[in-house]
Amino acid sequence: MTQTVFIEAINHATKEEMRKDSNVFIMGEDITLSVYGATQDLLSEFGDTRVLDTPLSENGFVGAAVGASLVGKRPLVETVSSFMWVAMDQFISQAAKMRYMFGGQAKLPVTFRVSMLYGSGAAAHHSDRNYPMFMNMPGMKIIVPSTPADAKGLLKTAIRDDDPCIVFEDGNLYGTRGEVPDDDDHLVPFGVASILKPGTDVTIVAIAGGVIHALAAAKELESQGVSAEVIDPRTLVPLDKKTILDSVEKTGRLVVVDPAHKVCSAASEISSIVAQEGFWSLQAPIQKVAAEQVHIPYSQALEKLIYPDKDKIISAVNNTLES
Amino acid sequence: MDINKDILVLMLERMWLIRNFELKVMEVHSAGEFAAAAHPYIGEEAVAVGSCLALKDTDYIAGNHRSHGHPIAKGGDINRAMAELYGKVDGYCKGKGGSMHLADFSIGILGESGIVGSSVPVATGAGLASKIGGDDFVSMVFFGDGASNQGACHESMNLASVWNLPVIFLCENNQFAVTTSFKDTVAVDHVSDRAAAYNMPGVLVDGQDCIAMYEATVQAVDRARKGEGPTLIEGLTYRYEEHSLGLGRVRRGEYRSQEDIDEWKKRDPIHIHQERLISQGILTTEDCKKIEDDTMKRCEDAVEFARNSEFPKPEEVFEDMWANPIPLP
Repeated sequence: MTQTVFIEAINHATKEEMRKDSNVFIMGEDITLSVYGATQDLLSEFGDTRVLDTPLSENGFVGAAVGASLVGKRPLVETVSSFMWVAMDQFISQAAKMRYMFGGQAKLPVTFRVSMLYGSGAAAHHSDRNYPMFMNMPGMKIIVPSTPADAKGLLKTAIRDDDPCIVFEDGNLYGTRGEVPDDDDHLVPFGVASILKPGTDVTIVAIAGGVIHALAAAKELESQGVSAEVIDPRTLVPLDKKTILDSVEKTGRLVVVDPAHKVCSAASEISSIVAQEGFWSLQAPIQKVAAEQVHIPYSQALEKLIYPDKDKIISAVNNTLES
Repeated sequence: MDINKDILVLMLERMWLIRNFELKVMEVHSAGEFAAAAHPYIGEEAVAVGSCLALKDTDYIAGNHRSHGHPIAKGGDINRAMAELYGKVDGYCKGKGGSMHLADFSIGILGESGIVGSSVPVATGAGLASKIGGDDFVSMVFFGDGASNQGACHESMNLASVWNLPVIFLCENNQFAVTTSFKDTVAVDHVSDRAAAYNMPGVLVDGQDCIAMYEATVQAVDRARKGEGPTLIEGLTYRYEEHSLGLGRVRRGEYRSQEDIDEWKKRDPIHIHQERLISQGILTTEDCKKIEDDTMKRCEDAVEFARNSEFPKPEEVFEDMWANPIPLP
């Protein structure tokens, strides 16, 4: 184990997988000089055949990654959540649908690393947390790491997976530190949630950057005599509903924390699963703590009002306890 | 260019196979044997056949909604193509793709795309894989005059040029995007003129002449294999039928005249090629008639094959989502 910063863990995973398999290559905007930090030193080690700066043509290069994956390569693409909108046709019409549409002929071992850079005055055009929209479309595996170890292990699993994977990286976690296994084969399986803190009174399921707020809330609740269990699903497609349902069976209460917009969010889906399949375990109405259904304002005076935070989570937990 | 006689005859055979396949499709479609949209390729056969015969099996193609001609031109199995139109389990996509999504990865057919222009980046990516892997294969993508206005097309041509990729951009200019003339939507006289913006050769070819299409593609493939980058080829052609079967609301008099259609039919790609082979003494009129009849028989057999194939079983609706399966929600 080594103390590693989240974004370094992504860099290490990339290097390890590129060393392991010459079919892995990476492309994106401004990656050779690593403007966002995750692609540091890739060019010097792997050369400009496998480390490609792209034109600002997201639809073009997302589609090119799809095409390269169809014929045996394992492309890794770096982009930003808000730039996915201009590449939606290739994500949806091609990456997601090809395999099924062609009766299973296509294999698409392509991974998209997408940074979600919200919470620091980036305003409406650069602050998207858009993973729920991709959950709604079958055909892509949706990964939302919240710790450096998971960021590394899930990315490695994604690169080795034969289906289109999108890793949504929460920019608010890039600077966080944690213990990361040194093992080159440190793989975190898809569809296995992580119980970050066990508890007995309430289940808090938190997604991506929501996890740090959930853990902070759980800590404060502990001092108030409330034992919260904090679960990170780690992947939304596939979703480990059993761990969530088992926890709710134990606690009888559920709060779901999701930095995405609240309508049709990941929190909505998790809430509906528990309402349908865990209804008789519930002792109180499910609480969603998700982003308000407005656009992301620029001013810090306004933006901080939008997202889930520790106080909103504590308040939601208290709502479940009062019932 | 000296073209092998076998290839010249194969050109005729493949064009007749496409023509007769489409005639059978129109017949069984109007008889109600299947109801979905299908886009006849009649009139454009020389474009796909001439260009595909310049490729190897290990080269890739991707195409669009007007989708039957490309796989047949590249040597696809018409039984499996027809069964797919019928939504049957022996179809190319086991009944999950239908007319607009024929694909045969075993001979480099990466699939047809129902979204106009959408397969252009995908084919560009296959070319990128060839370059990254130091491989010999090239990638060719069919798209229409309508698709040439899609951003995906422009992005891909620029990408292929700056990365020097072995890609052939093959614009089948059949002159109408459903009912809208390319003259009203393309800002230059020819789609191939746009190649200048991407610093690649742009070649305007008579799309009714199979040999001209073949020769232009051979040159583009040669360039691509030598690492000299992409080429844009525009085959100027004409769609005899309406955009799609079942699009009854479109009346041809509203956007093109019968005189235009008749004029283009005088330059029918099959007849041009057939007359040339006869005049060169390569085939007799009887030989040509035999090819026409034999290919029709094969298409009739394909219809029988499709009729006799089973529909997929209900549980198959849940199959083929994932290469590494995960539980469905």
